[in-house]
Amino acid sequence: MIDKADQIFVLLQHWLVSFLPLALQQPAAVLLGVIGIVCVFPAIFALTTVFERKGLGRIQNRLGPNRVGPFGFMQPIADAIKSLTKEDVVPSTANGPVHFLAPVGLVVAVFMGFAVLPVGRNMVLVDMDAGLLFFFAMGASTEVSVFMAGWSSRNKYSLLGAMRAVAQMISYEVVLLLSSVAVVMITGSLSLTKIVEAQNQYTGIFPHWYIFTPWGLAGFVMYAIAATAETNRSPFDLPEGESELVAGYHTEYSGFKFALFFLGEYLAMLSISGLGTTLFLGGWSAPLSFLTFMPSWFWFFSKLMMSIFVFIWMRGTLPRLRQDQLMNFAWKFVLPFTLLDLFVTALWRFMGEGLLRWIVCSAILLAAYIIMGRVAMVRKHFGPRSYRYAE
Amino acid sequence: MLGEGILKGMAETAKNFAGSFVSKERLTTVEYPEERIAPAENARVFPFLVYDTENWEAGLRCVACQICEKECPPKCIYIDKSKDKKPDYVGKQQFYPTRFDIDISVCMSCQICVEVCPFEAIKMDTQFELATDDRFGGLLLDREQLAKSNEYYHEIHPTEASEVDARLAEEKAKADAKAKAAQATAAKAAADAATKTAAPASPTQAKPEGGQD
Amino acid sequence: MTVVFYLIAAITVAGGLAAVLLKNLVHCALAVTIAFGGIALLFLSLDAQFAGFVQILVYIGAVAILIVFAILLTRGSDVPKDGVFSPTWLTGVAIASAVFAVMGWAVINSVNAIPQLAAVPHVTVHDIGVALVGSYVLPLEIVALLLTAATVGAVIVAMHEKGGAE
Repeated sequence: MIDKADQIFVLLQHWLVSFLPLALQQPAAVLLGVIGIVCVFPAIFALTTVFERKGLGRIQNRLGPNRVGPFGFMQPIADAIKSLTKEDVVPSTANGPVHFLAPVGLVVAVFMGFAVLPVGRNMVLVDMDAGLLFFFAMGASTEVSVFMAGWSSRNKYSLLGAMRAVAQMISYEVVLLLSSVAVVMITGSLSLTKIVEAQNQYTGIFPHWYIFTPWGLAGFVMYAIAATAETNRSPFDLPEGESELVAGYHTEYSGFKFALFFLGEYLAMLSISGLGTTLFLGGWSAPLSFLTFMPSWFWFFSKLMMSIFVFIWMRGTLPRLRQDQLMNFAWKFVLPFTLLDLFVTALWRFMGEGLLRWIVCSAILLAAYIIMGRVAMVRKHFGPRSYRYAE
Repeated sequence: MLGEGILKGMAETAKNFAGSFVSKERLTTVEYPEERIAPAENARVFPFLVYDTENWEAGLRCVACQICEKECPPKCIYIDKSKDKKPDYVGKQQFYPTRFDIDISVCMSCQICVEVCPFEAIKMDTQFELATDDRFGGLLLDREQLAKSNEYYHEIHPTEASEVDARLAEEKAKADAKAKAAQATAAKAAADAATKTAAPASPTQAKPEGGQD
Repeated sequence: MTVVFYLIAAITVAGGLAAVLLKNLVHCALAVTIAFGGIALLFLSLDAQFAGFVQILVYIGAVAILIVFAILLTRGSDVPKDGVFSPTWLTGVAIASAVFAVMGWAVINSVNAIPQLAAVPHVTVHDIGVALVGSYVLPLEIVALLLTAATVGAVIVAMHEKGGAE
């Protein structure tokens, strides 16, 4: 019974496919998986938008949208109808084909990332040997779309937004990769299913998630920072800072194309949260050993929604950074700390079991955090700006 | 330590988030069409015409002196004076407006018409739900739409309305006394002990039922 | 298999040609991206996952963006009025075809280029990793040192301008 609930979607897929002739079964199974991804994640995106607006409202002691449907939960449908029926305006000086291809390329690249995410036991579309690499390759190719959108619009705000976005994404992608490398070093595999399986063990009732190790915690924090920057979410939402750049690289998009950008942005957030869950939070494994009776996909999506909630929470709390603060933070704090975390991970790998490695690794990371934080505060890398050219 | 401020801020917003579900005081939102806050006493939107007694046409205080029309900075008041006269609240024969239109798409709610009116005939309304799908006709309010009873005026601006009523009553008393004196002297001078006619009932003291919303 | 190969090859060659022939520099850069993507697909169709994904990650994610940045930060993407072709384009074509001929000759005469019908060795990412930090660790370290030196150099170049009050 428990197994049935756990594997319900896999069994459903097998059952549906079994009606087809043998030759068609394999492609049909893949097609069903694709349909599942294309249906489920945009549905979560729709839910996320309404949760975000309501959550931000509550954070600011407001009610949030509550007019459309019960408690306002039909709001995304109203939004969808609105953006689909709006006029698709293309600036007369815009570079037509590039302007058209940018949102398409973005959404396609973002959707591809979901192909390797294990959303449950046996529930991964393509169990690739180099799954992690594939994910990052797809993440990297979104940058081209962002640039295309900004450049082809022939609008200075778009172009500035695109340049900011690309600079920021390149800077933080380094951190994103390096913090994931720590996990790869411990697991010894780039396959996301293997990474989850390595974490799906229990000591007593506690799971072997990587976040519960010193290097894992540090890596997770760095990953979370980099993921926030990579998806252009607040407080790193400079590329679309509405007080400075109207809407950044998608200023000149309206109607359906804008909806695609919006979808791409949120799907990127979902997929990068999914990857963070897989790498550090044990993917689909249950948080305590006696909770394994719940289906594995339930745990994955719960963790996913939790990380989305943290994204929204941060957006409701933190003010936007400035460009120089953003870059200083990336190159002078996050990157060195991630490199140190890599070193500590290697130590952890070769020190063997025992209390000693816990003490040594925690001490190194804690000391580094405090010292780097102090230095950064004293030297005002993150503090008030010194106006070099103004005096 | 680095990150301390971020955690503090996160705690604060978390408090807001959880608190907004628990305590009603945190949520200051008023869900407008269903819930309303009564407008402040001094609120003003567009002018309206005050009338006494039950009949709005007969009871209009306006005497079509056209001062407001001339003073109106954006020139949004249009008045046509009547040919005949009818008695006003003190019983004096006065003209009355056959047309009194205010174009509220032009009106800027400056209240100058109210300040210059010597007859307390035009006052500021608090009604703000005036949206219409007719851009021109729908926003040009005529006499009938503008006329609101004195009771309505009491309802929306109680303090101001009482002051106005007291002033009008005083004026009327003065006018009555003057009329009485004039009549008395006239009677004395004529040495005629003719019976005095009763003064007409004061319209300001009459309380007709029902008001127009 | 061959259909897929010809399709991908056509895309790659078209991307490369467009990169050379298009007038707008940014269009050229985007065409190069398409060519890079085609090469990545070729790698993938040969079951070389690691090489294919690294091709996307490095070339599309970094090199293409770098090219675009270079174009936008230096000369802008304006189309030059007097055409994009150099007056000595004939010489250029001659040199290019000569180089191509030499390379083609070398490839055709190479023993390794002859189609081998032996079973394709199945190389996993794990094997590549082991090889990189095992038998090829010295070249890897040398490349790493070189890149570090280049990074330090870039930082120094950037810092010189910052303190450049003289």
